[in-house]
Amino acid sequence: MTVVDSRPAAAPGPAATGPAPVTVTLKIRRFDPEFAAEARWESYQVPFDPSDRLLDAIMWVKWNVDGSLALRRSCAHGVCGSDAMRVNGVNRLACKVLVKDLGPEITIEPIKGLPVEKDLIVDMEPFFDAFRAVKPYLITDDHEPTRERLQSPEDRARFDDTTKCIMCAACTTSCPVFWNDGDYFGPQAIVAAHRFIFDSRDAGADERLEILNEREGVWRCRTTFNCTDACPRGIQVTKAIQEVKRALLFRRL
Amino acid sequence: MATTAVPAERGAPELATPRSPRRRTKPGAAKARSNFELYAWVFMRISGLLLFFLVLGHLFIMNVLDGGVQRVNFGFVAGRWASPFWRTWDLVMLLLAELHGTNGLRTVINDYAERAQTRFWLKMLLYTSAFLVVTLGTLVIFTFDPDL
Repeated sequence: MTVVDSRPAAAPGPAATGPAPVTVTLKIRRFDPEFAAEARWESYQVPFDPSDRLLDAIMWVKWNVDGSLALRRSCAHGVCGSDAMRVNGVNRLACKVLVKDLGPEITIEPIKGLPVEKDLIVDMEPFFDAFRAVKPYLITDDHEPTRERLQSPEDRARFDDTTKCIMCAACTTSCPVFWNDGDYFGPQAIVAAHRFIFDSRDAGADERLEILNEREGVWRCRTTFNCTDACPRGIQVTKAIQEVKRALLFRRL
Repeated sequence: MATTAVPAERGAPELATPRSPRRRTKPGAAKARSNFELYAWVFMRISGLLLFFLVLGHLFIMNVLDGGVQRVNFGFVAGRWASPFWRTWDLVMLLLAELHGTNGLRTVINDYAERAQTRFWLKMLLYTSAFLVVTLGTLVIFTFDPDL
């Protein structure tokens, strides 16, 4: 079943202005459990400007062709991490890629390995379960200082990379181990643990390392680097996982 | 503090939707604390490094050196195994290669076999075959009789 929008491109949208618009085909994986048990592909012709991001094109479909298209998006500027999706087979934030860089036909699917609820919306709960399991909060064993907890710039730099995570799940849902085994913590949870394990102000490193030493912990990682490629924030995810492995191996931070 | 809601408590029915996660155990289930996966990981690195030299050396001696594979017969093997050095070489190579391969296949089974039953029986098959190969190989290396 293919829906092709035959209306003129004068409809309000990001590409409504300017000369004869160039169009792109969005091939979107649609799924609505209320109407069909199986997911299906649908294609949409979308006019776009060179400056349009993929999110603009998807929102054009939602606003002008089919309002039932479901997706998460919030800030639309690559900060909130709501709109991670599988674009042409790789995980990207729809608001951080330009339509013109993605070719004449763009396939869009929900991120893989989490249960699809509708269209591009997945149930993030298994992902958050793994995040909670690594205790992603400050653990201290001393008295609370009267002022702030000081830290040298060098100590801060140690875990700087993993503080950038926006929890979009692009890394975890790009991991082939996670696709097959929902028990694996996944790259994001290890990144979250890394951020505290290597923080000089935190005293819970041993606890977290022990959690990641489990059967479904860091040792399931196959260093395929999918997570590093997928991360929209440029976090060296695989490197962080390897650093946790090394800390476990030598019991030294 | 976020609540750890299980799907049943959130009201929505569990959807048998495309690409559901294959969660094998309940989240938060008590897990055995052991360093087994750590040791297995280290073993793969070290045995891989050793096997690189052991296997390449073995292939070079058997297939390239002094006329190569044409000269390999009972007498040639008996001559090599007269020396404890080559017996040790072959024993170490046998053990490392078999365990390295077994552990590799174990991870492949864990990664790709989805049903618990399938995983269990595939691993039983794997361990049985590994046990047979190691036992038979070790037996031959230790009891080899050149005057057979």
